[in-house]
Formats: sequence, C-alpha cells, structure tokens
Amino acid sequence: MIAAGEPAPDFTLRNQDGEKVSLSSFRGRKVLLVFYPLDFSPVCSDQLSIYQEVKPEIEAKGVTMVGISVDSGFAHKAFQEKLGIDTELLADFEPKGEVARAYGAYIDKVGHANRSLVLVDEEGTVEWVHESPTPLEIPGANLIFDALASADAR
Amino acid sequence: MSALTSAAVPPAGPEDHRRGEGPELIVYADLGCPHCASAWAELCDREATIVFRHFPVASKHPRSPALHAAAEAAGRQGRFFELVDSLYGDRGHVDDPHLWQRAERLGLNLDRFEADRRSEAVAARVRRDFESGIRAGVTGTPAVFD
Repeated sequence: MIAAGEPAPDFTLRNQDGEKVSLSSFRGRKVLLVFYPLDFSPVCSDQLSIYQEVKPEIEAKGVTMVGISVDSGFAHKAFQEKLGIDTELLADFEPKGEVARAYGAYIDKVGHANRSLVLVDEEGTVEWVHESPTPLEIPGANLIFDALASADAR
Repeated sequence: MSALTSAAVPPAGPEDHRRGEGPELIVYADLGCPHCASAWAELCDREATIVFRHFPVASKHPRSPALHAAAEAAGRQGRFFELVDSLYGDRGHVDDPHLWQRAERLGLNLDRFEADRRSEAVAARVRRDFESGIRAGVTGTPAVFD
C-alpha cells in the first residue's frame, strides 16, 4: 500500500456519468480516495451510505471525496441511484484495477480493491492512508476526521 | 459544526431513552433498518436496560429521518419506546398519515406531535446521537455496546 509522504499516482478515470476525472484536476484541494471492493455488495453499501451522511462535514474541511472500484460507470450510476448518494464514483474498469494497483490497494486473488482510504493533500502528496485488515471491515468515518484533525494540527 | 473525531461511546445519561432493568446495552439503531427491526424484539427480551441512540442513515432508508423525529416527538409526550415498538412491529406503514394514526393510537396530542417532530430541537437531538455513533466508529446498524 502506498504510504504517507509519497506522491499520489495521477490517474484519469471516467465517473458515473462517463466524464473523465483526473486526480491532478483536484490540485489545490484535498481529495479523499475511497477504494472499495464492489458496487452493490452489502458492506460497500453500508460504507458509502455512512460516508454520505457526513459528506457535508468532510467537504467543510476542504476535502473532495470520491469512490473508486473496478465496476463500470454504468454500474456506478445504478449504484449511486440505489443508495441515494451523490458521492462521485470512478470506474477503475479498464485496464481493470490499474489505479488500485498503483496505490497498492488491489487484491489479485479476488480481483478487486481492498477497502482503503487515501487522503491526498493540495499538492498531490499522500497525506494519510488507511487499509482495512480485510475487505469486510468498514473504516469508521471517525478515522477520516482524525486524519484531517492531525493534518490541521501539523 | 461538531467535530466528528474519534471518541468513546458516551455513557448513558439522563437525556437518553432507557427501558428495562439490568446491565446497560447502548444500541445505535435506525428505525428504517430491517436488521434493526429483527434485532429489536430479541434485544428487548434480554434482562437489560436498553439505551436507544438514534442512528438514521437517510441515504439508505429515506424515511429514517422522519421516523426518528417522530419517535423523539413521541418521547416528548412520554411514549418514545411505544412508538419505536410500533415502527419496528410494522415496517410497512411509515408515511405521514401512518405516523398520525400511530400517534393517535398512542393517545398523543397530535398538534404537539406535529410541531415537535418538525422542530429544530428534535432534529438536533437526533443528530447528537448520530454524531456520537460516528465518533465511536459505528458503520452499520444495529450497533450494540455493552
């Protein structure tokens, strides 16, 4: 898994609406990359729903949150609608999992990303990383706010 | 805006909704959540004091905020757990007219129920519980702390 202090690998992926989104386009603003296994899986649904509830507080800290999984943009769109969330979802679809691999978040034997959070600072450097012990464990949203508070204190 | 950094689950206090006798079980629950509804009867059968904390996840269960506000409003007329039991006992009738029917059956003053459930004070009370759950790392419901 990528570590704090390393440059965040740039990428360009399509979102749920088919629009291209590059990490570098967020420069000047913090970005929280939420790598998750699969759209529509029960645990991922819980995770993104909970994060949606505190999205205003995350954004108030100057952070843009995006979800990334190996699903297609079409699946992301349907997943967004099913969950009733407006968090932007990026399709790490082809080559499958290329971005997750670049961040060390990909699990080869299951073919999807581990549940991992990567906070990228305004200059494009990794500021904080959290990797779940298993894809079944959801990182609490409190951990995101702890990371932001630590960054503020530095 | 409150800080949402990590913090231990707040111990039960006088403002909490409590029912039963015995060791305390602090339960973060979503009134729109089917898993919570299944767990509710089992939890209530335990020899324990149930401490109910609001944890509505609106994106998952769009009616949850309204249901939690209704329960809190019923609580202001002393019938909190009666409305919670009613909501978990019948998850198929959760629109506003159904809430009014439930409130009537519990003998609530409907005008007061309506004013309370739409009030900022009730929304803030629900949000306070929710935020304490977020700070304690709750990521799904029901979440039980003993």
